[in-house]
Amino acid sequence: MADTMQFDLVSPERKLLSAQATEVQIPGTDGELTVGPGHAAVITTLRPGVLKVTSNGQVTEFAVTGGFAEISPEGVSVLAERSLPKGEVTQSVIDDWVAEAHKAHKEAHHTVVDDAAKLLSDMVAMGTHIGLDPNVPNF
Amino acid sequence: MPNLKDLKNRITSVKNTRKITKAMQMVAAAKLRRAQEAAEAARPYAARMESVVNGLAASVAGSSTAPRLLAGTGEDKVHLLVVMTGERGLCGGFNSSIAKLARTRILELQAQGKTVKILTVGKKGREQLRRDFGALMIGHVDLSEVRRIGYGNARSIAQDLLARFDAGEFDVATIFYARFQSVIAQIPTAQQVIPAPVAEAADLETDYDYEPSEEAILADLLPRSVATQIFAALLENNASFNGAQMSAMDNATRNAGEMIDKLTIEFNRTRQAVITNELIEIISGAEAL
Repeated sequence: MADTMQFDLVSPERKLLSAQATEVQIPGTDGELTVGPGHAAVITTLRPGVLKVTSNGQVTEFAVTGGFAEISPEGVSVLAERSLPKGEVTQSVIDDWVAEAHKAHKEAHHTVVDDAAKLLSDMVAMGTHIGLDPNVPNF
Repeated sequence: MPNLKDLKNRITSVKNTRKITKAMQMVAAAKLRRAQEAAEAARPYAARMESVVNGLAASVAGSSTAPRLLAGTGEDKVHLLVVMTGERGLCGGFNSSIAKLARTRILELQAQGKTVKILTVGKKGREQLRRDFGALMIGHVDLSEVRRIGYGNARSIAQDLLARFDAGEFDVATIFYARFQSVIAQIPTAQQVIPAPVAEAADLETDYDYEPSEEAILADLLPRSVATQIFAALLENNASFNGAQMSAMDNATRNAGEMIDKLTIEFNRTRQAVITNELIEIISGAEAL
């Protein structure tokens, strides 16, 4: 078995990373998912969270806000709706994202309110995880 | 005989016009390059998205649990046309050709007895369609303040569209934009986005497991796919607009050049005629002595 796999991270606006990776940790909707080379083929949706890519022994982290990942034995491609290298996520960025999720939650139809609430809490959790104050708006 | 002073003024004014069109052409060329790069950068995402959605759609289509975005409302009565044009003119037939395609489609649908609603993106298309179909317009998206089209713009349009769809405002949505082929060819295109068209026999090479279920993923992906298609269309449109403007301004520059040549010849002839006249007057004056 090969010990690396092709990893692509693309957002609608650009390709963020394309590299040989040994391990990728993906924030899936149903929980964290760690993928190595030769993983079974899976397509999963993402929740807002931190994506960790191990490549050449170095770990790179990206914040993603949602999207999906296509995993096959040959490689992983993550199609993130919005994604930034973790270092570029500043307080104002996380404020925007949380405010947006909060707005979606407020406007959400009652049937999807749970989804929106989950999105909001995931967004807040990601902010905390990165070490920024998520600044939760008052409900 | 035209006045020398008048001719000189005309030449100066056409020269100034040529400077402006030349500058606009170069700005459009620079913007076109950037627009093309943006469109290029967005392509991998759109292509992946399309192949996954197609694969999923093919397996879910037909089942009774298929999401409404894929199966449609079951009716085909109310059509929403999203007409995307430029915010500015001076770009040859770019805006008109999109508006024309939309207009033909509107008349066609109306002849079939369907209800048509129009959502415009970009000022020029709205101006052109308002005259005939002002009553059908239900909204307008203004992008004139937007300097660089981002995914966020596309997403807000898509959200608006999806909210209207959920509220039962329309059954079918089609977007109109110009596909960029080359600087001299932009193809006005109509593309149905809701319900999502199912491509035939789209097979993913691998058998995927789906986590959570296929339907849950599809329900999550379809709205994103609408936004992605709108985003791609906006980028194509932007590239087309700049391409059209570049070639329109190139033509204008060339025309101005030709005009300057003609005017200069006329100016020189007139000047020579004036000199000849003066000489004749002097000579005949001298002879009379």
